[in-house]
Amino acid sequence: MSLIKEHDLHKRRWSRNLGLGLVLAAFVVIVFGLTVAKVTEGDVGRAIQGQINQ
Amino acid sequence: MSDTSTNKMSVETEAQFGDFFALLKPRVMTLVVFTAFVGLLAAPVAVHPFVGFTAILFIALGGGASGALNMWYDADIDAIMRRTQKRPIPAGRVTPEEARAFGIALSGISVMMLGLAANWVAAGLLAFTIFFYVVIYTMWLKRWTPQNIVIGGAAGAFPPMIGWAVATGGVSIESVLMFALIFMWTPPHFWALALFMRNDYDDAKVPMLTVTHGRPSTRRHIWVYTVFLAATAIGVGFTSVGGVFYMAVAVVLNVLFLKGAYDIWRRDEAMSEADNFAVERKFFRLSLYYLFAHFVMILVEAGFDRFGIEVLS
Repeated sequence: MSLIKEHDLHKRRWSRNLGLGLVLAAFVVIVFGLTVAKVTEGDVGRAIQGQINQ
Repeated sequence: MSDTSTNKMSVETEAQFGDFFALLKPRVMTLVVFTAFVGLLAAPVAVHPFVGFTAILFIALGGGASGALNMWYDADIDAIMRRTQKRPIPAGRVTPEEARAFGIALSGISVMMLGLAANWVAAGLLAFTIFFYVVIYTMWLKRWTPQNIVIGGAAGAFPPMIGWAVATGGVSIESVLMFALIFMWTPPHFWALALFMRNDYDDAKVPMLTVTHGRPSTRRHIWVYTVFLAATAIGVGFTSVGGVFYMAVAVVLNVLFLKGAYDIWRRDEAMSEADNFAVERKFFRLSLYYLFAHFVMILVEAGFDRFGIEVLS
């Protein structure tokens, strides 16, 4: 017997959960992309290191 | 009812991701995206491509949120009309409460994100658009006045103005005229359709001009709005978003559109029924190309400006 019991609900809501997961992931990418574009004018490396425009 | 049958029913009516997407009225969103994109690119201020992309995305999301709130409020009408019976709420896949919560949440997210990504003038315009479509149009005027098409058209006319505000941070004569172009175009477009399409708004008790004021009055309304539309479309050509190519296309299209509207006005029902509403159908088809071509030409002129191409100078 597996530790995680797969309920019917998990199957029914698979598309919803997958879709929501992808939307949230896209949202994170957008917010990061906006930060890169607005704070460091496109320099991803500087955005990751937290260096901003002077 | 046994447990098995209850379970089977809930499986069939369980909302899927696509049902929530359908609440956003994706077909309307394509028009929002296109016109907002034109407004953004026609503006004299360049925007970082990623900021522009994000702004368009959240303008579209705001438009979708107002669509979800419209479907929540209009669920009773949608259940009556054949065209809308398969929408997620009347079909029983999404509850009205879920749609309302979804619409309110997306409205807040889209306005806040547009404010953070672009500026608060654009965000304010988006918030006003959502408020206007949901409260002024859907809740108040749609079921009350046959001018509902005119009011609803105003909500659909805001996206190029918001796109312009994303770039410039303000409102100007160009963005107001782009708004006016869609605003004046909507009534003749829909009323032409209403003349030859038997719709079931009557059953849903939504007042339509063809029923409340009669079909001859609708024909007259189409003509009058088209005259004002033509003046607006030519007026756009004299602003900074217009140009020689825009004007050439606008003159041809407006002459054709005025001719079509005039023909509709001069016809009566007997003439229309004799040729199965050929003139009205042709006018409606032309109206689709009409709006698309005007905005494409604004885009073309913006391209010339952006890449420094001098035309006939």
